[in-house]
Amino acid sequence: MDFQLTEDQRALRDGVREILEGRFDGAALRGAADSGPPSLDRALWRELGDAGFFSLRVPEAEGGVGLGLAEAVLAFEEAGRALLPGPLVATFLAAGEVAGAAQGTTVVTAASGGLVPWLEEADVVRGDVSGAVPLRSVDPLTPLHRVPGDGGEGGAADAEGDLLIAAEQLGSAGKTCEMAVRYARERTQFGQAIGAFQAVKHLCAQMLVRAEVARAAVYAASVTGDGAEIAGAKLLADEAAVRNARDCLQVHGGMGFTWEADVHLHLKRAWVREGLGRSAARAEEELAAAL
Amino acid sequence: MDLTYTQEEESFRAGLREWLARTLPQLPPRPDPLDWPGRRAYDMGWQRRLYDAGYAGLHWPVDAGGRGATPTQHLIFLEETEKAGAPYVGANFVGLLHAGPTIASEGTAEQRARWLPPVLRGDEVWCQGFSEPDAGSDLASLRTRAWRDGDDYVVSGSKIWTSHAEVADWCELLVRTTPVSDDVPKHRGISWLAMPMDAPGITVRPLRTLAGSTEFAEVFLDEVRVPVANRVGAENDGWRVTMVTLSYERGTAFVGEVVACRRVLGDLAREARKNGRWDDAVLRRRLGRLSAEFGALWRLTQWNVSESQRAGSGVPGVGGSVFKLRYSHARQELYEAAGEVLGPAGALDLGHEWTLDRLSSLSYTIAAGTSQIQQNIVAERILGLPKGR
Ligand SMILES: Cc1cc2nc3c(=O)[nH]c(=O)nc-3n(C[C@H](O)[C@H](O)[C@H](O)COP(=O)(O)OP(=O)(O)OC[C@H]3O[C@@H](n4cnc5c(N)ncnc54)[C@H](O)[C@@H]3O)c2cc1C
Repeated sequence: MDFQLTEDQRALRDGVREILEGRFDGAALRGAADSGPPSLDRALWRELGDAGFFSLRVPEAEGGVGLGLAEAVLAFEEAGRALLPGPLVATFLAAGEVAGAAQGTTVVTAASGGLVPWLEEADVVRGDVSGAVPLRSVDPLTPLHRVPGDGGEGGAADAEGDLLIAAEQLGSAGKTCEMAVRYARERTQFGQAIGAFQAVKHLCAQMLVRAEVARAAVYAASVTGDGAEIAGAKLLADEAAVRNARDCLQVHGGMGFTWEADVHLHLKRAWVREGLGRSAARAEEELAAAL
Repeated sequence: MDLTYTQEEESFRAGLREWLARTLPQLPPRPDPLDWPGRRAYDMGWQRRLYDAGYAGLHWPVDAGGRGATPTQHLIFLEETEKAGAPYVGANFVGLLHAGPTIASEGTAEQRARWLPPVLRGDEVWCQGFSEPDAGSDLASLRTRAWRDGDDYVVSGSKIWTSHAEVADWCELLVRTTPVSDDVPKHRGISWLAMPMDAPGITVRPLRTLAGSTEFAEVFLDEVRVPVANRVGAENDGWRVTMVTLSYERGTAFVGEVVACRRVLGDLAREARKNGRWDDAVLRRRLGRLSAEFGALWRLTQWNVSESQRAGSGVPGVGGSVFKLRYSHARQELYEAAGEVLGPAGALDLGHEWTLDRLSSLSYTIAAGTSQIQQNIVAERILGLPKGR
């Protein structure tokens, strides 16, 4: 047993991070958030396709990269850190099945948990979306529709999708922890950095603990592919992303409550991801049933 | 990332399983938890069996009498013994899990030869004399004094919360060898001594825990003579040695318990299905969440073990604090849920094992460094936040 990233996995993670930092950095994120109704950056989508992001799991014989679920999770963790918008999970799962998905030329979305993100911008929609009604999405970077059914849950693709969502949540949880720590070291009050105050310190410590526990769960589920582990990973990663964003907001004080700070974007996206895929109630019931 | 075990690891596991299946039925019944001498005999008898079978000190270096096994093999050992319901390390906790490893890493050859084999054989029990009435979380402010007289230190002061003091042969003792002054900050004048518990001048006064047992005690030291040769590490360098001890205490000592908690969780579900409490969706979901929690804590353990195996240092890192923080609270949640499963009549019955465990779980967020102190450690040493005043 050697439950650590291999050299190749590290390189993959660093590579994806580099691409995203070059192509979708903080300024791009702000630009997208401030530009009114969200629109999908198709050029970026194609670049991701060219870089092999969507075809990571497609076998090499079929023109893909031929890697496994663990590598996919590492890539999606980076997407979550960067808060990359778009129906990434649905397009990824469609690669190899829907023409153009792997290359990033076809944008695919899917109904999940009674919601459909990016319905109007997508080229292909999976699942039953009849009767879709637009919502005023809380997340300025994710347009949402409500659908009457739940989109039909429970298949293997759903399990994999939930794990990729959990990986994005993990990336976000790690990022908000870093943001809080950075701010706590810079911001001074009462003549010292607020990070020297224990109340702030303890918020930050718990953020790290949440992220690390979720990381162990998500990575392990990506290695075993086990259904119960995936349910647990989704549960813990949802919680880590939402709670960490809230604590990060608290550490930022009044600044955290502004549109200018990126914190709210992480919180809102964490809520969206929590709403997609397996709910906490369902995950808990599944885990209980397996006891 | 690879969660499969190697052929070698799997054959180690198989051999251990077979030995456990053969050995556990031969064990005498466990003594009453309040019978300390009985428990000492039982716990050390178990250690002796491990020793005879070659499973003692698996993770200790070979030159310390151990098997020099990899951290992964040690993990398998903990997993299999807990799964099989083998006796807990009990009275041998301090010797095997932190005093021993500290001596193995910081002691001289003579010190290793003197103290380590009896720990592995189950002949000698150790206790930990760190805390004092006025030095708990602020351990470095300890006041127990030791001054030199010929080849001895003469030690006076008092210790508190000393687990197993009543039945211990040796004590890993922290003393102040140089008084605090403008030039000597409190961390500087401390030394780490091995004190024989039968030395004249030692008085042990048992303290009763909220569970009714006398698992810890107050220890009064009145001019106790401890040979200078019993000092581990340099004089006044005891704080550094202490950090090694504490990293073992937090890093590895709780690992096997996660497996035990998963077993208890399964028992809770079985009991709830039997007594009708399973129909309560709130309780069911609570158990489901705990399953995710302990599953993740087990994976985190594997992560930490792999990390230390790669680092090859042997001494666990501060990651132990991350684990201890989450685990101690999860364990309390588990036994809260056990109370729910049992219902009032069961939860109020001290005759039920889970009720006793529920009481003892309350110490987990205090002993070995409180949760508040662990959060300071995580924030300052892992996240690099500034030290507070
Ligand atoms: C079951 C059990 C077994 C033990 N066994 C041993 C043993 O064998 N040997 C031994 O040496 N010790 C032992 N201990 C002692 C244990 O290590 C101490 O109890 C612990 O370190 C806390 O110290 P304290 O009890 O003096 O509490 P205090 O330090 O007085 O703490 C009281 C409260 O104040 C909080 N607090 C203190 N300082 C800070 C701070 N800087 N920031 C925020 N909050 C703070 C604490 O978190 C706690 O909530 C044992 C304790 C228990 C419960």
